[in-house]
Formats: sequence, C-alpha cells, structure tokens
Amino acid sequence: MTERPLTAKMHEDGSAVDLAAYEQAGGYQSVRKILSGMEPKQVTQMVKDANLRGRGGAGFPTGTKWSFVPLGKDVPDPTYLICNADEMEPGTFKDRLLMERDPHQLIEGMIGAAFAIEADVAFIFLRGEYILAAERVERALAEAYAAHYLGRHILGSPFSLEMYLHVSAGRYMCGDETGLLNALEGKRANPRMKPPFPTTAGLFGKPTVVNNVETLCCVSHIVNHGSEWFRNLSRTSDGGTKLFGVSGKVKHPGLWELPMGTTPREILEGHAGGMREGVAFRALIPGGASTEFIVEGDLDLPMDFSGLKPAGSRMGTGTMIVLDDKTCPVGLIRNLMAFFSRESCGWCTPCWSGLHWSERILTAMEQGGGENGDIEKLHQLASWWAPGHTFCALAPGAAEPLESGLKHFRDDFEAHLREKRCPWK
Amino acid sequence: MLSAEEVREIEAETTRYPRRDAACIDALKIVQRHRGWISDEGIRDVAGLLNMSADEVDGIASFYSLLFRKPVGRHVILLCDSVSCWVMGYETMRRRLEELLQIKLGETTPDDRFTLLPIVCLGCCDRAPAMLVDRDLHVNLDGETIGRVLGKYS
Repeated sequence: MTERPLTAKMHEDGSAVDLAAYEQAGGYQSVRKILSGMEPKQVTQMVKDANLRGRGGAGFPTGTKWSFVPLGKDVPDPTYLICNADEMEPGTFKDRLLMERDPHQLIEGMIGAAFAIEADVAFIFLRGEYILAAERVERALAEAYAAHYLGRHILGSPFSLEMYLHVSAGRYMCGDETGLLNALEGKRANPRMKPPFPTTAGLFGKPTVVNNVETLCCVSHIVNHGSEWFRNLSRTSDGGTKLFGVSGKVKHPGLWELPMGTTPREILEGHAGGMREGVAFRALIPGGASTEFIVEGDLDLPMDFSGLKPAGSRMGTGTMIVLDDKTCPVGLIRNLMAFFSRESCGWCTPCWSGLHWSERILTAMEQGGGENGDIEKLHQLASWWAPGHTFCALAPGAAEPLESGLKHFRDDFEAHLREKRCPWK
Repeated sequence: MLSAEEVREIEAETTRYPRRDAACIDALKIVQRHRGWISDEGIRDVAGLLNMSADEVDGIASFYSLLFRKPVGRHVILLCDSVSCWVMGYETMRRRLEELLQIKLGETTPDDRFTLLPIVCLGCCDRAPAMLVDRDLHVNLDGETIGRVLGKYS
C-alpha cells in the first residue's frame, strides 16, 4: 500500500501505463472485488466513510452525492455517470496528468462509481485541447473493452456498463455541471436551474452523477484498501491525498501528490523550491482563478476544503498561482476578469454585463485612464456576482479574486489612479 | 452536401445518444475536420441530417470556440492567455507572434498559412507560456524559440 496511490503506478518516462502494466501493478482488483458480491450501497458507504470530497474544487462529499441517485429495478434506464474532464480552470493542470499517465485508473474508478449508482452508460467529457489525453484514454478504453472490464456482463457478472469518450469543442462553461449536461446533449453550454439536481434529473432528464477526474481516480483505492486507510492518508478530516500544483515565478513549478492538509508554505518552499532569484513572494491564489488571494501570513494553514477559511479563501482545485513583487496585481486581476468575461455564456445579466464592465474599468486603470470611484464600482460589481444572483458559479467565482484583490492590493489600485499609469510598466 | 464519409461518421455518433440532435456538436466537428471550417452550407447540411433548424445549429456552432464559422489557415495557433501564462510572459509571446506573422489575434495570414487565436488555460501552467499549434503542444516558450516553432509548419 502506497501513501501516494494516485501517482504510484505512473512511469517515470511520461508514457501511459498500459493495461498489462496496470494489471501487473494490481490494477482492476477493485472491479473484481465489487463484482464478487458487493452491493451498490456498500460501495457508496465506503466512499462516504472515506470522507472523499469532490476534487473539481467545490468539495461536495462524493458518497453523499451518489446517495441521492434513485436505485432499484423501478428506476427507468438509463442512469448516467459523467466524468468531468473539462479541465479549464486557469492555473489548473492536475487532471491532465491523471489522464495522460494512468488512464486505466480513471476507468477503474468510473466502473466502481457506476456500479454504486447503478449507471448503465458513462461519458468522459474531455476538453478538445487535451489531445494527448484523448489519444491515451481512447486507447485505454479499447483495452478495457477487450479485457471485458467494460461492455455487457462485465467479467461474466450481471453488471453492464458502456463507457464513451466525448471530446468537447471548447468553452470554460462546459466545466459547470449543468452547462456540461447541455453540451453533452448537443446544445449551448448554458447552465440549468437547480433543483431539480442532476442526481434525479440530469442528462436527457435521467439520474446523473457528474464527478471530477481526480475524485473518480480515488475510488478504486478506497474499495481496495478501505475507508479508514484513505482517511489516514490525510492530515485532516477530508480524506485522501491531493494533487497540489504551483505555477508562476517559482524555482520549480510542478505538481505533487501530497497528504490533504499540506500547507501552502510546504508546497511553495519545499516542493516548488521557493521564489526565483530576483523576485519576492506577494500572494497566491490557492486553487484556480475562482479562489481568493492569500498572503504570507496565511501560508501555514492546512490546504483542505475548509482549512483556508480563516484567510477568507478556499483550496479550490489545489493548483496555486503565485503573484510576485515584479508583477502588477491590477494587471493580473484584469487578466482574470478578461478571462471570466470572455467565457461567460451570456445567460445571466450580472455575469455577462458585469464582468465585461469590470474588465473595461481594469483595462482603463492599466492604461492610465482610471478614474476616482473606480474602486467602489468594482466592489459594487463584485457584490452583484454573489451566489444566487446567477444560475452557475462562474460570476461568483470571478468575485473571489476581485474582492480579495481589492482588499490585499488596495494601495496598488490607488497608485494606478493617483499616478494615472501602471507603476509596473 | 454531406459526403458519404461525413454521413457515416455522423450516424455513428448518433448511436450514443437517445436523440439524434444530441450529436450536433460531434457532427459539426466532423464537418470541420473534413472541410477545414463550417460554412453556411455546412450548417444547413448538419441541420438537415439531424432534423434541426439551421438557426438552431448556427446558435450552437457559434457558441463553441473550437468550431470555426470563418475559414482558418492551414495551421491554427491557440495561444494561452490565462493567468499563469500571463505572469510568465504571454504579452511578449503575443507581440512576437503578431510581429512574425504580421497579423493580430483573430486574424489569418494572407498566404493562409496561420490563424492566430487566443485560448483559455491549456492546463500546462508549470511549463508556461504555452501554445497549441494544430495538435502539437509547445511549452516553455520564449521570444527566440517561438520563431523556430513556427518554422515547422508550412
């Protein structure tokens, strides 16, 4: 048993683990275990007891989500399982590794998840730009079908599962749970009203679970080694390990599987080697564009789904973006708002209109055209993006770096207005 | 008109879904792969095959960033402009590409060799700045290597 289950089987040379190597290393044992007499509810209970929480960033308890799916013979077929592999959160590069290097781990986890929710059909919803991942997942699916881990009567059991790779056609909105459902139905990726939640009325109106790649990759290990073992991988009450990443001007940007609850300082200084020569640390965004900045004093908090609350932030996807003292924080926030504005699907007015407005204000500030009152306008806009004002989490996500940025970098915003220029240019 | 090959490929996609129109995005991707982009005729072709209105198909085609409703060059450059690449030198890469190709973002070179487009985070933030040219990912770009990368595409 390894302390780093998600990355243990990966080859050093960057190639994908094929079926033979995967089985050699103990792969697909969880499928045999499940199909030799486990009940769907037992699998769900194991995942619940493991305290596995959704790795897409929101941290919803995975077993609880599964338990909302109606089970039994009276449920009209099909039930769907969807893997959200639409990794597009700026600064996030963890699911790419899991799919490119060990695609069978994802397929095995999906078989376990599909069994637990009695799914008949599973889709891997992959962003179109992940070309290598698409090739490797497609090859792994063919291997898994040939070895009878997928298809009719898996390994001779009564359980059947069809699994398809769906390669998407772009747009960040597809990563939103209900936007994804619309995209998979061949429509524009606008969000849907909730309730009803996808677990009761999802893809084509059928019960549907949508889980992130990293979440699903944990499932086989929980089934194989037990809930307590999985909980003990973590330093905190959220179970398991976590893929943590660092990008920005650090010595060694990268991605590491570490215990849940590892601190930003350990990751930044221990694994990423600290800042490059000539630049100093100012702040970081802990997990993708949709999380709040944290600063030096927050670096010893535990990174899990609640550990960054004292800093007013959250772990999100766990892949940190570092802001250094030679980079303009207003420019960085402008970049984030331009991203959110462009990716807004246009469904909700506070989002499409407000995000574009914020981008215009920030662009003007960067070009020396900022005006008194701009900071207050940005606060006002961000307040209109609060959860509940829009159908999905895109605009609330945008408010997180904007509001925390206005708090931490107030002096920098004021300098742009006072000097009528960007002091970094 | 759809070719026999296009029809065969689109029909194969429809078997995955309970409704034919659910294969609309797959169908548009197939048309684009065969024709390079999706013309008004391509929209009408897909609409006819999947029993949809042309306006409905156009609404979908125009939503997705990897579906092209205008002709593109022989090679499409998707330059990542998200936050990690921005910190690591996106602006320099954009200026260098615009200078080398003599076009702005969103444009195609007069010889139809390259189309230059922005793209959201390509998910290789530890190797920023990055760009995708056709199916090839290029990482750790700098102002000098970026010119050599372009030389590989004729």
